[in-house]
Amino acid sequence: MIKLIKNHAWECVKNARLQNRPQTRDFLEELVEDFFEVKGDRCLGDDEAIVTGVGRINGTVFTIIGQQKGHTLEDRKACNFGMPSPAGYKKSMRAIGQAEKFGRPILCLVDTPGAACGFDAEEKGQGTVIAQHLSFIAKVKTPVISVVIGEGGSGGALALAISDRLMVMQNTYFSVISPEGCASILFKDSTKAETAAASLKLTPTDLHGLGIADFIVDEADNYSINNMKHSVSIIKDQIEKYLGELNFSDKNELVQKRYDKMLNLKGFN
Amino acid sequence: MELFNKQIEINKKKPKRNIETLTCECGKEMLTALVHANHSTCIYCGFLFKIPAYRRIEMIADLGSFTETDKSLLSTDPLHFPEYKKKLMIAKKVSSLKEAIICGTCEIEGLKTGIAVMDGNFMMGSMGEIVGEKICRLANQCMKEKRPIIIFCASGGARMQEGMISLLQMSRTSIALNKLADEGLLYISVLTNPTTGGVTASFAMQGDIILAEPKALIAFAGPRVIKQTVNDVLPDEFQTSEYLLKKGMIDAIVERKDLRVKLKQALSLHR
Repeated sequence: MIKLIKNHAWECVKNARLQNRPQTRDFLEELVEDFFEVKGDRCLGDDEAIVTGVGRINGTVFTIIGQQKGHTLEDRKACNFGMPSPAGYKKSMRAIGQAEKFGRPILCLVDTPGAACGFDAEEKGQGTVIAQHLSFIAKVKTPVISVVIGEGGSGGALALAISDRLMVMQNTYFSVISPEGCASILFKDSTKAETAAASLKLTPTDLHGLGIADFIVDEADNYSINNMKHSVSIIKDQIEKYLGELNFSDKNELVQKRYDKMLNLKGFN
Repeated sequence: MELFNKQIEINKKKPKRNIETLTCECGKEMLTALVHANHSTCIYCGFLFKIPAYRRIEMIADLGSFTETDKSLLSTDPLHFPEYKKKLMIAKKVSSLKEAIICGTCEIEGLKTGIAVMDGNFMMGSMGEIVGEKICRLANQCMKEKRPIIIFCASGGARMQEGMISLLQMSRTSIALNKLADEGLLYISVLTNPTTGGVTASFAMQGDIILAEPKALIAFAGPRVIKQTVNDVLPDEFQTSEYLLKKGMIDAIVERKDLRVKLKQALSLHR
């Protein structure tokens, strides 16, 4: 059963960016029990923009990997506004490797305006690390379920969205480029972001129509940190359902199905 | 060099012979044939001219060994993006290509391989559904025929007119090459100027062996994007092949004249 909700593109973008919108750490409180955080990539450092750890959802132990933007200015700075660095993606790969080792399913929470760019990120090989992450998460021999809980910004978001099942929340977007970036490059006018947002087909409804999203998660009116139980319970139910569907005794079959699913998203017939 | 100059002068007096010339960034004009003979490198300053995809195949593959695959695949404009159809038409005219990549099979010094070459003249070599699909199909064919694969990258990144469909080509190509890797087959990625964005963050950096041409711009976010977003001060050599080699991101920088031999060596060591 998939629910369709009509939404305007620009509203989705604005709502996805709201500062009081629940983020990964809020979901860890509401959705996950007994969360044990693991930190650091054992090479470059620890990146606050990606939170990884182990915890229970519906009684099952999951590896959880989520992007964190931060609510207060101080938090946001510490999290680099949710733009993960190579260290973040390396930490995520470490978590993915352990999930496979211990046979735990993985839950990814996507919420980033994009991967970090700048001198440090480039010097540490941001492109290389994202490429490795894409390849690595695609072939992990354990179920991967992803939820876009806020912004789905380009390749930095895609790294955590390669999954067996992808849910998107009602007021989110997932796009190849920010509407502002698209407007300034293609329309030579960054104020045309609203038009660009509509053209990019980035809303949950669009993503579902394109076959990218499997499910749209309903949000309560005034969805916020204090009002997220409704959505959390829907996500919990979906996770339970998906784990049943993804329970293959042969893990190679699981990977094969994931490969087929991703390879079939080609845009034409 | 004097001789070459005179040659050009003489030819100019006989326009009917229709001699093709190229002008380098250094301002010197030279015979196209001479540039070709010099591996598309300026005979005066060593500048690397952009190499159109078919010309690259001529330079790398054994004569007559190239068989092109999926030549007729065309973008369907999946999002009905404003102005995109028009841009595609212009790109086809400018580049004389149907898409930003050509794929096929060939031999290099008698060694069989799959080969894909991106062409920056077609919408800056951006990756949309067709670029992704052609790489996937080629990887699939190589898997069946037990061929290694060589991809020459040149790209501005994902093609935003195809929105999420273009972004998904990052995961599609990555998976197609994963499958090839599972069969124990070699993938060589050759980075040429420029290789950026979603292509860098997917198949370009996934090679078992990653080679680069000298002085190529290789980046996730290019210098212009970095300037606009975080305004970092960037050193001169930043994001060049030479910089990436120092940082351990690529295996070697190979001059154009040596590329065929280097590829042959790699292929023969992984048979």
